Amino acid sequence: MLLAIDTSAGTSVAVVDREAGILAEHSSDDTRRHAEVIGELIAACLADSGIEIADLSGVVSGMGPGPFTGLRVGIAAARAFAFGAGKLVVPIASHDAIAFGEPGLFVVATDARRSELYWSAYGPPDAAGLPTRTAGPSLVKAVDLESAVPAGHRVIRASTVSAASLGLLAEALYANGRPFAADEPLYLRSPDVTLSAGPKRVTS
Amino acid sequence: MSEPLALPADGPLVLGIETSCDETGIGIVRGTTLLANVIASSMEEHARYGGVVPEVAARAHLEALVPALTEALVEAGVTLEELDAIAVTSGPGLSGALMVGVGAAKALALSLGKPLYAVNHLVGHVGADLMDHEPLDYPTIALLVSGGHTSLLHVRDLVSDVELLGETIDDAAGEAFDKVARLLGLPYPGGPEIDRAAVGGDPRAIRFPRGLSQQKDMEKHRYDFSFSGLKTAVARWVERERDEGREVAIADVAASFREAVVDVLLTKAVAACVDLGVPRLLLGGGVVANARVRELAAERCAAAGILLRIPPLSLCTDNGAMIAALGSQLIMAGHAPSGLDFGADSTLPVTAIQQF
Ligand SMILES: [Zn+2]
Repeated sequence: MLLAIDTSAGTSVAVVDREAGILAEHSSDDTRRHAEVIGELIAACLADSGIEIADLSGVVSGMGPGPFTGLRVGIAAARAFAFGAGKLVVPIASHDAIAFGEPGLFVVATDARRSELYWSAYGPPDAAGLPTRTAGPSLVKAVDLESAVPAGHRVIRASTVSAASLGLLAEALYANGRPFAADEPLYLRSPDVTLSAGPKRVTS
Repeated sequence: MSEPLALPADGPLVLGIETSCDETGIGIVRGTTLLANVIASSMEEHARYGGVVPEVAARAHLEALVPALTEALVEAGVTLEELDAIAVTSGPGLSGALMVGVGAAKALALSLGKPLYAVNHLVGHVGADLMDHEPLDYPTIALLVSGGHTSLLHVRDLVSDVELLGETIDDAAGEAFDKVARLLGLPYPGGPEIDRAAVGGDPRAIRFPRGLSQQKDMEKHRYDFSFSGLKTAVARWVERERDEGREVAIADVAASFREAVVDVLLTKAVAACVDLGVPRLLLGGGVVANARVRELAAERCAAAGILLRIPPLSLCTDNGAMIAALGSQLIMAGHAPSGLDFGADSTLPVTAIQQF
C-alpha cells in the first residue's frame, strides 16, 4: 500500500494498493496553490482510505518535470511524510504516470510555462504493461513541439497528473522488479540567475 | 487537530522548521530549553551571485530538509513520537523557499498525527531570546536586522500583541553591507568582510548620510529605515576617488559606511524606547553578528538606561529553534493549532503572530 503525491501540474494525492487498486484520490487543478492544499488533500486521502499509516510500504513522490515552485512542495511533502512515518520514498517521473496504460507510440507533453513544454517520448508498453520511455523528459518551445515529435507518435497533451496512476505505476514497477526514478527533482532548467558584471557607475 | 494539548510540566516538546531565506533551520525546544539547533546554509552557493538567489535557496532547502531533521533529533536526543507539536515559518520571506517548509511541515505533522503551528518569522526572532534565558519582560522594543529585513517592533506580548513601528523602505541593512562590499571589491556576504576591512579605519573619516534622519523625513518615517541613498553615496565617493587618481582608503570607507548604518539603526531603536517609555531593547537577525552593532548598542543603551538583550549569535541568524520556541509559547498560552490550509505568505505582517 502506498501514499502517492504529485505536484508537477496541480496537486494530486492518492492511496493505492496493488490488489485493491485506488483506495482514495483527491486532487486540485489549481497550479498556484500547492502549499495551501497539500495538507488537506493528504488528510482527506488518509481519512477516506481508512488505512493505518503503519500499513503503508512507502510514499511515492512525483519527481516532475514541472514548474519548480509547485513541484518542490510535493517532493518536500513526500519526503517529510516518509521521514515521519519511517517509510521509504519511491521516486517516479511524473510523465511516466501519464504514459502508464497508454498503447502504441506517443509523446507526453505538459506545460512548462514561458511558452515551453516538457516532453517525453514512449515506445509501446512492455510485456508487463509498463511504459517504455525512449526520450526525455526534456524542454521544448511550444511552437517547436510538432517538429520534435518522432515519426508515428501521437501527442498526449496533459494538464493534470494523477497521483493514483503514479502510485499504481510504482506498485507495478515494484512487482516486476523494475527500478524507480532517481531521487532528484526534474527541474530541467537552471535557476534564473544572471552573474552580475560588477557594480554599475552611479556618477556619469 | 484542534484539541488543546495536555501540557507537560517543563513545557511542550516542539520541533521548528525555518526556510524563509537561505538557511534551512531545524530546531527542537522543550518549553524554553534549547535542545537542538541545526542550520544548513546555502550561503556558499549564493556567493558567486553576490546575493541570495531565491531559486537556488529553495532548491537547497529541499535537499537539506531531511538530513537536518535527522541531525536535529539526534542532537536533541528525542524521537519523533515524543514531540508534542511541529511549528513552521509561514512568512514573511521568499515565497518559493517558504513553500518547501510549509509543504514539509504539513506532511510531517500529518504523518505523526501531531498539531501544527504556522508562525511569523519576525516574531520568531524575538522568541529566540527566550531560550535558556530569564523570561522576557514586556513591553520591549525589538530591532531585527538581517539581509532580508530591517524592522523595529513594539512587543507588548510575544503571543498576542506585536506592533510594527517601522521597517526599511528599500534595502535591508544586510543587503546594504553586501552591496557596499561589492563596490569595494570584497566578497559576499558583505557583513563580515566590511567588518574586517574596517579594522584600523576611521569611522569619522567620511560623513555618509543617515537615511530618513532629517527633520522632514522624521515626521513620516520616524522609525523607518532607508539604506539605498547611503549605498549610492558610498559609490559616488569611491568613483570620485578613482576618477581623481587617488587610491581608495578602503578601511576608512568601510568604517565610515558601517558607522552610518549602525548609527541610524541604534538612533532609531533608542528613540523608540525613549518615545514609548520602554526601557528594554532586544536585538535579532544576522547583522547582530557585526561587532560594531553590539558595541554601539551597549554604549547607547547604557547611556539611556535601557536594558539590552542580545541572544547568542547562533540564535540571532535565521534558525528553526526560534520558530520552535515561538510555537512552544503559543501552546503554553493555550492557542489552538493552525489549520491545514494556510499558505506561505511572503509579506505576512508582524501582527499575524500565528497563521490559522
Ligand atoms: Zn530573519
